[in-house]
Amino acid sequence: MIMRFLHKFSSPPYFYSISGRLLPWLTALFLALLAYGLYGGLVTAPADYQQGDSFRIIYVHVPAAWMSMFIYVVMAVSGAIGLIWRIKLAEIVSISSAPIGASFTLLALITGSLWGKPMWGTWWVWDARLTSELILLFLYLGVIGLYNAIEDSRTASRAVAILALVGVVNIPIIHYSVEWWNSLHQGPTVTKFAKPSIHIDMLIPLLVMAVAFKVYYVIALLLRSRNELVQREQGSRWLDEILENK
Amino acid sequence: MSADSLSNAFLSVVRRDLLLAYRHRAELINPLAFFVMVVTMFPLAVGADVELLRRIAPGVIWVAALLASLLSMDAIFRSDFEDGSLELMVMTPHPLSVLVLAKVTAHWLLSGVPLLLVSPLLAVMFDIESDVISVLLITLLLGTPVLSLIGAIAVALTVGLRKGGVLLAILVLPLYVPVLIFASGAVDAAASGLPVSGQLYMMSAMLFLAITLTPWPTAAALKMSLS
Repeated sequence: MIMRFLHKFSSPPYFYSISGRLLPWLTALFLALLAYGLYGGLVTAPADYQQGDSFRIIYVHVPAAWMSMFIYVVMAVSGAIGLIWRIKLAEIVSISSAPIGASFTLLALITGSLWGKPMWGTWWVWDARLTSELILLFLYLGVIGLYNAIEDSRTASRAVAILALVGVVNIPIIHYSVEWWNSLHQGPTVTKFAKPSIHIDMLIPLLVMAVAFKVYYVIALLLRSRNELVQREQGSRWLDEILENK
Repeated sequence: MSADSLSNAFLSVVRRDLLLAYRHRAELINPLAFFVMVVTMFPLAVGADVELLRRIAPGVIWVAALLASLLSMDAIFRSDFEDGSLELMVMTPHPLSVLVLAKVTAHWLLSGVPLLLVSPLLAVMFDIESDVISVLLITLLLGTPVLSLIGAIAVALTVGLRKGGVLLAILVLPLYVPVLIFASGAVDAAASGLPVSGQLYMMSAMLFLAITLTPWPTAAALKMSLS
């Protein structure tokens, strides 16, 4: 039953038509969540007793950081599916995720350093979290660079899937080694601010924003995948039929 | 041991690569010279203060080793890819991952071991004490094979490309981070008189993990590059 659904969903024409129908709904859902999350985060949430209004950047920063890791895993898993079962759509989802994930990583880094300037007095500290996020960005850049370097897009997808899988095995090792490295070199200046127990009025907008970012990822993923699909399937019959009906 | 056994295939690939390298002896020197030169650049850049140099020496030597291994990495599959011997290796009845492991072993003997031999000399030039030098050597012994094993994956992915050089660095350097952290951390700890067994255990674990896991993605990537 599930396998049959997956088979149906992973056929390019079906995916193309259903994603086209889903997109307006997803966009509406995203805008509603974004509006609620931003209003709750920027207006109704109380100011932090220590950080004042500066803390409000977490409503962008934290969801972006969560997404940056989540998308890498999605990329690796769908890459593995594409590699094992040779499902075209999984390959497309995998490679379409890479630029979105890289953007979220960059966003998390930029918002983090914007927050760091008033809080820590410096744009950048060689803290474990910051450093491993930076390395994550490098991993994304490697994936994108490799995909662009190989001309045949199916070969490129397989190469990217192998690289993403190697990366996903490595990410925990990198993360914990960076954490260990930092704990040797740095004093507690950073951790002082790291985990204030969060007030419920602050938490709800944060979770709403996290869901909004997830929906945004799905929208961007569908749009990119549809583009990639049209590029790869040029000249196929189902695509010609859709174009004729337009 | 029959003529077509797996260990025989492993050994003959190692022997062949070593023989090929021996016939081109001059090329072996280049990564080593690069290693020494990169290390030499640091005192010129940061000044000849002995205290400062002694403090940054483990990091400097390890970063230089990383770059040198990166530089020599591309050769691991390149010539075999170009003259077609790689295709023959894929077609043998032996699992490609074992042959890949043989090629990486040969590559480490040719690129990692020379670094190991020359680094005590550099350590002395940075005024590192002798018991710290032995820790540095152990980290190089445990770490450089990991660099070769991980690098082989990226080389296998890029071997079919005409301009793989910079891309190779981008793919590989983030994956080298744990080795760099634990290795230079161990040498740092030794220099300040702290125990280093924890770091060395971690590095051994990474070495065995790399030996066990990396040949498969490398073999898969090679098959992909050849198709």
